[in-house]
Formats: sequence, C-alpha cells, structure tokens
Amino acid sequence: MSNSQVNRIEFYLCPLSGHYTPFYADNFQSAGGDSAGISFTDDLNLTGTHVGCDTSQCGACVIHLNGIAVKSCSMLAVQANKSSITTIEGLAEDNKLHPVQEAFKENHGLQCGFCTPGMIMAAVDLINRKPILNEKIVREELEGNLCRCTGYQNIVKSILAAAEKVQA
Amino acid sequence: MYKFNYIKATSIEEASTALSSNPEAKILAGGMTLIPTMKQRLASPEQLIDIRHIEELKFIKNESDNIVIGSVSNHFEVSSSEIVRNNLPSLSKLAEGIGDPHVRNMGTIGGSITNNDPTADYPAACLGLGATIKTTKREIKADEFFIDLFETILDEDEIVTQVSFPIIKNSCYMKFPNPASRYAMAGVFISKSDNEIRVAVTGAGENGVFRWKEMENALLSDWSTSTAETIKLSSEGVMSDIHGNSDYRANLVNIMAIRAVETLSNGN
Repeated sequence: MSNSQVNRIEFYLCPLSGHYTPFYADNFQSAGGDSAGISFTDDLNLTGTHVGCDTSQCGACVIHLNGIAVKSCSMLAVQANKSSITTIEGLAEDNKLHPVQEAFKENHGLQCGFCTPGMIMAAVDLINRKPILNEKIVREELEGNLCRCTGYQNIVKSILAAAEKVQA
Repeated sequence: MYKFNYIKATSIEEASTALSSNPEAKILAGGMTLIPTMKQRLASPEQLIDIRHIEELKFIKNESDNIVIGSVSNHFEVSSSEIVRNNLPSLSKLAEGIGDPHVRNMGTIGGSITNNDPTADYPAACLGLGATIKTTKREIKADEFFIDLFETILDEDEIVTQVSFPIIKNSCYMKFPNPASRYAMAGVFISKSDNEIRVAVTGAGENGVFRWKEMENALLSDWSTSTAETIKLSSEGVMSDIHGNSDYRANLVNIMAIRAVETLSNGN
C-alpha cells in the first residue's frame, strides 16, 4: 500500500465544535492537502457550539454534519473531511433568526442557555425528519439533550411551536 | 488529546492491510465508544483507520431469507430501513432504541458488536436471531462470536464486514433502559422459529450477552406466558453495580422475558 492511496494525517484530537473547529480544519487542510469542504478562514472564533460532558451524553455540542445532527464532542475534525458542517451560527440568515431560534426566544425555551445551541440544532434536525410532532415524540427525541435549568417544559413548547410555524 | 495517526480507508482491502501492518492501530467506525474512550485514555491507539466511508460496507439487503447489513450502517439507517422494518420489525425497533438520535446517526452495527459492551443491544439481536457475522477472514456464528466483556472471537487484524440475520418474524426485543444512558439494564431478545426458540439476554450477564437456555427449553416444551413466569433467572453471574444489584437485574430480565413472550403470543 503506497501512501498515495490513503490520507495520512497527523493531528491533535479535539472537540469538533465552535471554537476549536476552525483551527483543526485549517490544520487538517495544510497537513493533508485535502479540503474540508467548508471554509472557516474568515471565522476563526465560532464559539456558539458548547462542549458539556465531552462524552456524547449531554448534547450541548450537537452540530449538523451533512444536515444530520451529530454530537461533535465525539467526532474528530478530520472525520468531517469533505462534509458540510453547520453550527448554531449557521442557522440565522441575514440577521433573521431561524424559526426554531425565534420560537425558543418567544417561548422562553432557555434559562442559563448552555444547552441551547445543542437543543436548537437537535430541534432543527428533528423537525426536518418528522414534520408532524407531538409532545411525546419531542420528549423522546430529546433523549440526548440534557438541560439542568428548565425542566424541559418550555423547550418542548418551543419546539412544538417552531414545528407548527415551519409547517404553516 | 494525544497525537496519533489517522487513515481514511476507501476499501476493505486498504483497511485490512493497514490494520495488519500496525498492531497498535484501531478501527474507527462511528466512534461513539472509541472516541470518548480515547479521551479518557482508556485506550490510546497510535493509529486510527476510519472505515465509515467505505462504500462496500454500507448496505442493507434482503438475501435468501436473511437481512444482511453492512457493518458501517448506522443505527438510524437500520431503524429507518424499509427492508428491516418489513421483515424484522424487532431489529428495527431495537436499533431505534439505541442511545439517542445523534448517537444513532453515527454509531454502527459493526462497532456495536465488535465492542461487545455487556449492556449493548445488538449483541442480543445477534444471539437471539442466530445471526452470522462475516469478517475479512471468515464467517462466524453469533453463538461463537461473543466471548466475554468487551471481548469477541475476532483476531486483532480482523474486521467485521457484515451481519446476516435470519428473517424470523416471530421475534421481539424488550428492554429496560437505564434512564440516563439508555443502555440496557436488562434486554431480552426472543425469537421463535419452526424448530428453535432463542432467548438472548443483554445488560445483565457478568460475562456479557448470553443465551438463557433454561428459558429456551421451557418455552420449547410449553410456549406460554405462564411458563415464562415460572422460570426464574438465578442472580448468580448477574451484574451488580450502582444502577442495580444482581437480584434486581435478574428480576428485570424475567420481566422483560415475560413481556416479550406476551407480545409474541398476542401477535400470533
């Protein structure tokens, strides 16, 4: 097996999320000569994604990999090579909040806000997959997102409101 | 995190060669166990071989009365597959209950069975349906595959390529999930075919997943909920930890078995 057949890259493992992603994407690009499919070069300070437990339990770090929700703490930046990544910063367009963000704001779907980026990314993914939602489904689907403030009541309310708005 | 090497393999052959040439390498599939494990330094491979993008390992098909699943198929793909849902709804439901939606988007069937976590779900389906596991070297019956906690019969340089489940419509998985992790506190997979009844238990055995032969034999001579109620799992050899002691777990296994038999009986 020759080296040309494989991408052999040396790098440091680190949460692929917010603050850390640009650094590793750049590092990867220069080391592997292979582009990561997204350009972070203009935005080196994406701090929106939060790392909570760092062991794929809490869901604060959820991002979208090719449009699908994943826990970025348990993923290497290099695994995302040639994939499209959306973090919480990527949801709003032209300073206009995404309907899910808007719903969280309107329904007071957060208190301290630490879990919120992951909650919203998970909610967007959920609404994409299952446009028709009810409280039971939302609560089941939030299995991987922990909140220590709200008791989930207003988070569920926000997601249901957002789903309705997206449907309309 | 420490420094290590990463290879993104594009074919089985490439992954296999890379693995054979470096005894310190580990296969990375979904990474839902391996990466947190590395972060905690419970494992520190010097090389990762990423097989998640190998197209040959990504498939779900119906082949001569078997559902055959490529090893890097993730839990979401399995649970949402029409082929699986229509032929083996028990397996579909099992996959849908693993972890949480985000974990299901990454975690793979090959990774799950290779890791052989004593509380994982897929090992129960493999034993409960009598699956055949194909690797880069051979075909292995599920009954021989799982050895002990986090231990399988696989050689260091062997990679699981597919898992083949016989289509047994009369099958059911009942799980009592840990409320926090969703790993099984007790999971019982029962299948009932013309000549065989299999009862596989996960989440409870001190040596990992196992077949509960006593229950199998009892159900074979008299298939009924009352039989399931009569046979009691001994708490000897059953795990005991902060989530539940062995008596509690053994009882949970019993309850899950009763519910599975009940469900299957009602379905007929």
